[in-house]
Formats: sequence, structure tokens, C-alpha cells
Amino acid sequence: MRDKVSQFLNSRFGDNIIREDDQFGYQTFVIKAEVLSDICRILYETDSMMFKLLSDITSVDWLETKFEEEGRFEVVYTLYSISKNHRIMLRVFLSAEDPTIESLTTLWEGANWLEREVWDLMGIKFTGHPELTKILTADELEGHPLRRDFPLTYEVPQFSWNKEDPPEVIR
Amino acid sequence: MATRTMHLNMGPQHPSTHGVLRVELEIDGETVVKAKPVLGYLHTGIEKTMESKLYYKALPCTDRMDYLNPMGNNLAYSLAVEKMMGIEVPDKVKWIRVILAEVTRLNSHLVWLGTHALDLGAMSMLLYTFREREQIIDIYEACGGQRMMTSYIRIGGLAHEIPKDFESKVRKVLDNFPARIADYETLLTNNEIFINRTKGVAVITAEQAMNLSLTGPMLRGSGVNYDVRKAEPYSGYENFDFNVPLGKNGDAFDRYKLRLEEMKQSMRIIRQALDSIPEGPYRARVPGVVLPPKEDVLHKMESMIFHFKIITEGFKTPLGSVYQAVESPKGELGFYIASDGTNRPRRVRVRPPSFINLQSLATLVEGRMLSDVVCAIGSIDIVLGEVDR
Repeated sequence: MRDKVSQFLNSRFGDNIIREDDQFGYQTFVIKAEVLSDICRILYETDSMMFKLLSDITSVDWLETKFEEEGRFEVVYTLYSISKNHRIMLRVFLSAEDPTIESLTTLWEGANWLEREVWDLMGIKFTGHPELTKILTADELEGHPLRRDFPLTYEVPQFSWNKEDPPEVIR
Repeated sequence: MATRTMHLNMGPQHPSTHGVLRVELEIDGETVVKAKPVLGYLHTGIEKTMESKLYYKALPCTDRMDYLNPMGNNLAYSLAVEKMMGIEVPDKVKWIRVILAEVTRLNSHLVWLGTHALDLGAMSMLLYTFREREQIIDIYEACGGQRMMTSYIRIGGLAHEIPKDFESKVRKVLDNFPARIADYETLLTNNEIFINRTKGVAVITAEQAMNLSLTGPMLRGSGVNYDVRKAEPYSGYENFDFNVPLGKNGDAFDRYKLRLEEMKQSMRIIRQALDSIPEGPYRARVPGVVLPPKEDVLHKMESMIFHFKIITEGFKTPLGSVYQAVESPKGELGFYIASDGTNRPRRVRVRPPSFINLQSLATLVEGRMLSDVVCAIGSIDIVLGEVDR
């Protein structure tokens, strides 16, 4: 199955697949952001592939590491084919200035919350998403907590004996 | 007079939302037009917390997510880090881990069964299932010292040797449970009220379920055969003989029957594992990564140095990203760990089955009666600690 997927994608998207490697047992493709939805659609619809289950969408912030040259943010899509029992990962690197990528909600309804979570915690925009709003963090929280430059702070709890003081935030 | 729909807020303090889930309902009479779950009331940033801890010390964060499946979460995280470091654990550890993971499945399904039946008006079920759960909690207490947040399964093995009465305690559960499950079946399976409340309610087809990324009983209830234990065996599951029960109609009743059958299959696995526990150490010996045995630390210089270094500095992982999935009682629980070569993870991502399964709520209830919402939430089997993390 591994060779089949590799051949299948390379013959159709040759230049847009930057590299293929093996991440601790799982086949991984680093692809260009433009072709993501095309690749997913063809993997979903082709009978010999049948990647019907979008297992997970997640993101990594590679700030100040050697991966940053390729792009600071990495979005990882895990696809699973139940009938062929094969799991692959698609990785896309996005620039720090404008981390934007196409939404997969037209293909998988399940992508909706997964993308909202990535937007909420990592701040990656998904174009074409029907409702890209916060999902886990509080409405008044600014910023995206899973970014590595998100300031870690500690807020002094207010009790009766210090409630007159202005709220103190230790950075 | 123009017809108007009404907005109703269900939760976050509603007893049948199993925690702090809020559902914004738009209803027309008693029919649900729209249902929108609102999350985040329990968000504590566990994934962010784990980023700033050593690999070793991030483990106790895991059982605080799905608190009904503590051993399963420990197992998933440990397996992920072990895969990264290339650690092969002794067979005895694998067997014990399988027993504990399956015992935990019983625990989670028991709580699910009790609360789900309670939501539908069968109060006595909760009392029975919690009585049985107590025996399982006793096993946890004997192993890890804690009743819920066990952290017993560690990277490279177990926290310490299994207690002497471990086998007798598990055997007691195995002896008691078949009769208990038969009791539950007489109470619910042929109960007319229960059947009316669940049959044909909260239906989801196989195509919809796959499209929504559902896993676990939610997916198998619609007849799709996907179980991580069979598809990508981990921790020695390929050595045990068990069936994966499947539903047919994808309704709440099928999922109820499926979970009961899963409990029976879990007991089958536990019995096989218990009969064939191999001899061996309770921890792999990997210097510099896994803590050495305590007696060595007291008597050998190298062991003491390694012990000290693991506790203070931890260990460094190779560059790359690892994904490890296990079959939790709720579905596919996955840990995706990205490493930048230091002693702390760059990113830990949990694939939370509850969170992803909860997304199907709108599909399950829209166009149905208001009272079916309670049944639908119950049959998804969510733990809000895992949904919000």
C-alpha cells in the first residue's frame, strides 16, 4: 500500500510534493499548501485509495528551530483508509506572516471543529470555513495560546484581603 | 401572527450534559431545529502545560483529561514516547498493560451505562454500576495508590511492581461481572421505556459517521469495522483473541448493546492475559531513559547517576514527529508528539475522541424531539475533561 500511495501521488502531483519520508512508522508527505484540497479530494474519491476518515488535524509551531526556514507553522493532516488499513500524514509548512490554508470542510464535515481548534489555539486561518470562531478559549482572551511566543503569565488571585488592589499579572 | 422559533440554553449546569457542556438549542414547539454545542468551560491548556515539562513529568497530565480512562491515557502517551525512543518493553509489562487497559474500559463503560440509564429515567442502574465500579477502583488503588489519577503506566514500563493480590482482585471482577451484566440486560434490554427512548433515536448512518471523523462505538454502531486494537495492534493485542462487535442501525439502542458486548469481550481479553502473564521485570532497562530499579540506585554508582540525571534533566528525543493511537472506550485516542531534539516536547497533540464525536450532536438531534437531545448526548459518551482539555 505504501508504494501504491507514493506512486499514485507522485504521478499526479510530482512537483508539488516536496518530499516523502517515514515518521516513526507512518508514511508522511510534505506538500505545498496550494494542492492540499486537490490531494485530499483525489485520495478520498479514488476507489483504490479510499481515505474516507480524516483522523486528525493539528499544528506545530517551529519558532526558533531549524525547521523555521521551511515555514514557521506546520499543519498536519492525518488520513486513514479503513478498507486498506493504511494511515498517511500530510504536512504543510506555512509562513509566519500569513498562515493561511484552504479549509477541508467541503470534503469532510468533521474538519469543522478540528480547524476551529487549530485557529483558536494556533492562529492558522482556514479560507472557506463556514464559521471560523473560537472554540475552546474564553472570548476575552487575545492571541493564540499554543504559539511558542505566547507570554506565559501568572495572575495573582484576588481574595477579600487584596481585592482593593489592581489585578497583578506576573510575566 | 408570524411563527417564531424559540432559543433554549441547555447547560452548562444541566445534569444530563455530563459536565459543563452547553448546548444552544433552537426549538420549534418540541422539535429541535438547530443544536449548537458551546465548549471550553473546562479548558485548562493541558497540551500547553505538557510542552513545558520533561517527557517523564508530562505523564500525570494525561490521566486528568479523560478521567474515566486514566490507564488508557497513560498507555497512549507512554507508547508514543516509547516509539520515539525505540524502547521495547518486556512482555510482562505488555500483558499487565493490556489487563489494565481493558479493566479501564469496563470502568468507563460502567459509568457510561449508569449515567446514560439515569438520564433516561432508570435511576437504579447508576447505583448498581457504581457498586461494580468500586471493585475496579480498588484495583487502581492497589496498583498506583490512587483511585482515579493513577499514573501507573510509565514510559518504559510500570511505576512499580504489581501488587501481590493483583491477580486475585482482577479474578474477583471476572467472576462477578458476567452475572452483573446479565442483570443489566434484564433491567434495560427488554425494558419497554428504555427501548422506546433509544430505538431509532439519535441515528447516524455509516457515511455520515465516517464523514464526521467519528471513531469508537459511535462508528461501529453504524456497522463500520474499525478498531485500533485490530487495525494497528499495540502493546501485544495481536496475541489475544477477541471480537469487535458491530451495530446495524446506528441508533442509541445499538450503541448500548454494542458497549455491553464490548464489556464481555474485554473480560475475554483480561481472562486470556491473566492466564498467561509472563515472568519478567516490570520495567525495561534502558540506561538514561528509564529509571533504574530502586535497589540498584542504592548500591550502584552508575544507576544512581542515571537516576539523578533522568529526574533533573530528563532525556532527549530524536527529531521528528510521532503518532500513536490506542482504542480508548470512546474511540481512537491518539498522541501526536513533535520533537525538536530537546528534553521537552515541542508540541503534544491529543486526538480527543470525545471532542470529535461530540461534533455529531447536531446531526443526531436536528429535526428530532427535545427529549432526544438527552439520549443523544448520553449515547455519544463524552467526558468534558477530554473535550476541553
